[in-house]
Amino acid sequence: MAEPLLTVRNLRVEFPTRKGTLVAVDDISLSIAPGEVLGVVGESGAGKSMTGAAIIGLIEPPGRVASGEILLDGRRIDNLSYDEMRKIRGKEIGAIFQDPLTSLNPLYRVSRQLVETIMTHLDLTVKQARARALDLLKEVGIPAAEERLDHYPHQFSGGMRQRVVIALALCAEPRLIIADEPTTALDVSIQAQIITLLKRLCSEHQTAIMLVTHDMGVIAETADRVAVMYAGRIAEIGPVQDVIKRARHPYTEGLMGAIPTIGGRHELLTQIDGSMPRLTAIPEGCAFHPRCPQAHFKCHTVRPDLIGDASHSASCWLMERQASGSVGADAGQEGGR
Amino acid sequence: MTDALLKVDNLVRHFDVSPPWLNRVIERRPKSVVKAVDGIGFEIGRGETFSLVGESGCGKSTVARLVVGLYNPTAGTLEFDGIDISSGAARARNRGAQRRMQMIFQDPYASLNPRWRVTDIVAEPIRFNKLVSGDAAIRVRVGELLEQVGLSAADGEKYPHEFSGGQRQRVSIARALAGSPEFLVCDEPTSALDVSVQAQILNLMKKLQRELGLTYLFISHDLAVVYHVSTKVGVMYLGRLVEWGETEVIFNAPRHPYTRMLLDAIPDLDMSGRARTPVAGEVPSPIDPPSGCAFHPRCPLATDRCRSEAPKPVSVGAAMVACHAVEENRLPEWHG
Repeated sequence: MAEPLLTVRNLRVEFPTRKGTLVAVDDISLSIAPGEVLGVVGESGAGKSMTGAAIIGLIEPPGRVASGEILLDGRRIDNLSYDEMRKIRGKEIGAIFQDPLTSLNPLYRVSRQLVETIMTHLDLTVKQARARALDLLKEVGIPAAEERLDHYPHQFSGGMRQRVVIALALCAEPRLIIADEPTTALDVSIQAQIITLLKRLCSEHQTAIMLVTHDMGVIAETADRVAVMYAGRIAEIGPVQDVIKRARHPYTEGLMGAIPTIGGRHELLTQIDGSMPRLTAIPEGCAFHPRCPQAHFKCHTVRPDLIGDASHSASCWLMERQASGSVGADAGQEGGR
Repeated sequence: MTDALLKVDNLVRHFDVSPPWLNRVIERRPKSVVKAVDGIGFEIGRGETFSLVGESGCGKSTVARLVVGLYNPTAGTLEFDGIDISSGAARARNRGAQRRMQMIFQDPYASLNPRWRVTDIVAEPIRFNKLVSGDAAIRVRVGELLEQVGLSAADGEKYPHEFSGGQRQRVSIARALAGSPEFLVCDEPTSALDVSVQAQILNLMKKLQRELGLTYLFISHDLAVVYHVSTKVGVMYLGRLVEWGETEVIFNAPRHPYTRMLLDAIPDLDMSGRARTPVAGEVPSPIDPPSGCAFHPRCPLATDRCRSEAPKPVSVGAAMVACHAVEENRLPEWHG
């Protein structure tokens, strides 16, 4: 793998509350290489958006990065001041959010929003910036871009608005884009267009993309590698094909079985009973153990870290047994459940 | 074909979205009408699940609301088990028929009254329809219903905010079942839920269908969910059904170019790397739909006839398709 563009080491995001400290992101490590799409998938509350927000320094107080480090191209960015971070945000790291209607200012023409962003980050005249804005709209596939440039956001449809948001994220040619549920608010046919667009940008500009979504189908189509998150931790991380076809963590396995597929039989779906724990009540040991069909004694008490090889690993004690090749290692303690 | 529980014939619902009278006069603007549902017809057999699928704005939720009577149709007829329920007056005469159908809504955060305890929410249809008398008996019945949907009877004492999204959707299912219906209209019942919870709710709905012999009208934009739950599927585009028939037929041998486009657009978990037709364009505005076949601006097979003449549904094999290309037999093979 090429030298990673983004490295996150042991990131921990905390929210102090009156009832004690909530840990939204717990000891997460990942990296993204230039031109690579890392998918981050999980259910609501798994901490996937919070990881993205931590990377671009947009965690709302009282939330804070409690420990760990975030490196962009070898340079630490988690301890920068507000003003320093502002220079990086938009220029080095672009962001695309879920709802294209709330990420555009409804009172300004699209041209003004693009030109403003371009001139903040690049040393261009208004005229040059406007020309660049037009190029960007063309690049993201907006028809009749000359005419559309001076429209207001409400004059665009949902899919076109999301293209404008992508154009905004691309203004300063960032090397990393954090895309948080970029297609969730869109219809399938439009979603397919946006996925194609993101993939093209990624290969043409060698942009690294962190794609946060709850939709495994989108990940399968777009990402090179995927991190599955559960209750603030990475449950499994690896090449997307491996994770989908040879899931190692029981949660990933259950998640795959729970997705209805076309062509599959109309029988019952695999069901993971219960729901993800709230942040106030994360169980001891492996956070997944109350829902896990294969949980054994150790899972109730000791929290597993990622186990496996460099490319594909899972935080599950079953991996340890597979790795050591002996099922009997803690067989004596089994059978509790 | 089994006997039909619900018959929908040439159902039409228009919404007047004209500017106020004064603006029309001064600015010389015409009246404008959204043709949300523009002449659709289908039948749902007893014990079947009929799904309507389509992109936002195609009118599928409007159909759901028409069927349960939250809207009155502009034209067309609705017949439930042989009883006419096409208008508000007809429904008022046949309150019995109305009780036999219930609805489950998309957002379990908005469809439950936050100030009521779950017991009262679930008991409301029982009290309203006087199905059980006496508070103690109602309490017992509510307990049974809650257990039927996978909650415990003790949960009745709680308020909606104490439940997660999936549990709330279970409460709304319990409420729908409280009226002892035969027919449930489910408008995107799992769209607001996470996949693992969605699987629980879909499994629950299947279990209830088996146990209680329910018939479902299922509205969804998610083709995979639709494939999973339905016996029959109707694909809607701009207020019309473009193709409908048995699930297997629609998914394995789709004929209408729009159905094919939708199926092509779904992200593929198998990563078979199949070649996909690039999806072009977006759904046009229903206020001013394209002439002829509404799909023609996005259709790779459109001809002059498609631009001028709206296609009539024709029966092809086990499905009904409204498309000139199908009629004229110039449809390319489906890659499957």
